[in-house]
Amino acid sequence: MADILTLKSVAAQVRRDIIRMVHGVQSGHPGGSLGCADFITALYFEIMQVNPENFKINESDEDLFFLSNGHISPVWYSVLAHRGYFPVSELATFRKLNTRLQGHPTPAEHLPGIRMASGSLGQGLSVACGAALAKKMINDTHLVYSLHGDGELQEGQIWEAAMFAAAKGIDNLISTVDFNGKQIDGPTEKVLSLGNLHAKWESFGWIVLEMNGNDMQNVVDTLNLAKSNTGKGKPVVIIMKTEMGMGVDFMMGTHKWHGNAPNNEQCEKALAQLPVTLGDY
Amino acid sequence: MQKYIAKEKKDTRSGFGEGILELGRKNPNVVTLCADLIGSLKLDAFIAEFPERFIQCGIAEANMISVAAGLTIGNKIPFASSFANFATGRVYDQIRQSVAYSNKNVKICASHAGLTLGEDGATHQIMEDIGLMKMLPNMIVINPCDFNQTKAATIAIGEYIGPVYLRFGRPSVPIFTSPDQIFEIGKAIVFEEGKDVTIFATGHMVWKALEAKEILEEKGISAEIINIHTIKPLDEQAVLKSVLKTRCVVTAEEHFRNGGLGDSIAQFLALNLPVNIEMVAVNDKFGESGTPDQLMDKFGLNTSAIVSAAQKVIARKNA
Repeated sequence: MADILTLKSVAAQVRRDIIRMVHGVQSGHPGGSLGCADFITALYFEIMQVNPENFKINESDEDLFFLSNGHISPVWYSVLAHRGYFPVSELATFRKLNTRLQGHPTPAEHLPGIRMASGSLGQGLSVACGAALAKKMINDTHLVYSLHGDGELQEGQIWEAAMFAAAKGIDNLISTVDFNGKQIDGPTEKVLSLGNLHAKWESFGWIVLEMNGNDMQNVVDTLNLAKSNTGKGKPVVIIMKTEMGMGVDFMMGTHKWHGNAPNNEQCEKALAQLPVTLGDY
Repeated sequence: MQKYIAKEKKDTRSGFGEGILELGRKNPNVVTLCADLIGSLKLDAFIAEFPERFIQCGIAEANMISVAAGLTIGNKIPFASSFANFATGRVYDQIRQSVAYSNKNVKICASHAGLTLGEDGATHQIMEDIGLMKMLPNMIVINPCDFNQTKAATIAIGEYIGPVYLRFGRPSVPIFTSPDQIFEIGKAIVFEEGKDVTIFATGHMVWKALEAKEILEEKGISAEIINIHTIKPLDEQAVLKSVLKTRCVVTAEEHFRNGGLGDSIAQFLALNLPVNIEMVAVNDKFGESGTPDQLMDKFGLNTSAIVSAAQKVIARKNA
């Protein structure tokens, strides 16, 4: 198991990769990717039992992760590469013609680590429920994880799945909401207020935890707490407070970097704030 | 020449119900899902025998389709079922992303397709579902013609790995195919040979095509009747072989002309063997309330419409 310093150093490199990938193709979604770098790093390097050397698309005998807000693909691709699913050098192909690293994740290009397409929002919680049910049917005790944007919760299907998971007692599922309060058109509060998220999930029958998604120690501790809350008849959701653009000062505190790429000067300025830890691709 | 005799009538959805039960007994990975319509989908016997392999999703079809996609990751073979309207149009994006694009082994099983749903009217009478599903890469589209064929198709799709759309219906219709048939996905069946015109029919219209064959015979016209149960992939060789002989075509389906079987055959022939075609289908018009027979008559989906279409297309060929 990795210590917190190691996890932080992986997350730092992941943040560099995100900036370089999005800059390299002048498209993609850096804001949410930067915000979730600590969480995805913790999942793959500390929390989940995974088998990157022998990836099987329909594998049951390991923990599973579904990225429902597929637009933050850069953070997932970077973590998967550093975890050994595919060569780190392949990050340079992100969003380019003939790449396996499509703009939004897909199994169609046979990229190890990806089991389900996402991008059209709101479907990943249902998918995670299905995968978790299958695990119960075959008595596999591994867990299923999913990540969702907060804006994504405006999709009705999320709440169909939230009702379903509780009604079916899917207690081998840990879902996380990236609560950064921002979406393409502005602050979530202005675009379409989510109301009291904690109360909503609780009333749907979930165990609700909260964490600071940009504090690695808190992320690891809360995910471990979530694990200890599985198997109790209820699904678990973590409302994860993050800062969109975390790690790059001029990308924080605004929704403007949701889906915009930095230019050369901005890229240089951003990278100056993010140390090389594992080496650039 | 063998005449097809219908000793008995049954709904095709009951063929699905029997097929899924038999398949469930053969393959423990088969699971079923439904969205508050288990009676309509004839799932009671499966649920009674395999209660732990049935997932009641409630009235939440979008969730049902994506849950089905997730189940495949544990190597389950999910059969997600509802009315055709709610199993396709309502959940198109879920099918597109989580099933077709992700190429998951999900079987979408849809009852009450087309006009013969009857009195519920146009909100429930989907006639664009074949088109919606056939436009999706990776998707197989099947519309069987009677109880026995639906049962055989249900079993066959469980053995095929990949996304499938299986479309069947509500009313009791003649049973005229063999109970022992082996269903081959993508393989057209020549029910009657003929030389003047080829009638390609699918679903409930196949029986009407066989009836039309007899009437045409009395008029001195020899019609070849081909059952296209698999609309995608289309059995192009069978189409080519027959049309090279007859040189004109009638298509018959309980579906819109846009996106249906006729559209697939016309596209294939336009590119490979242009001939005159008449289409018996609903043309760009929503359905309405009525009994199935009344509606099929009103919308021109009956035996006499096929006869007229055959006469018309032969006249065009000979003009």
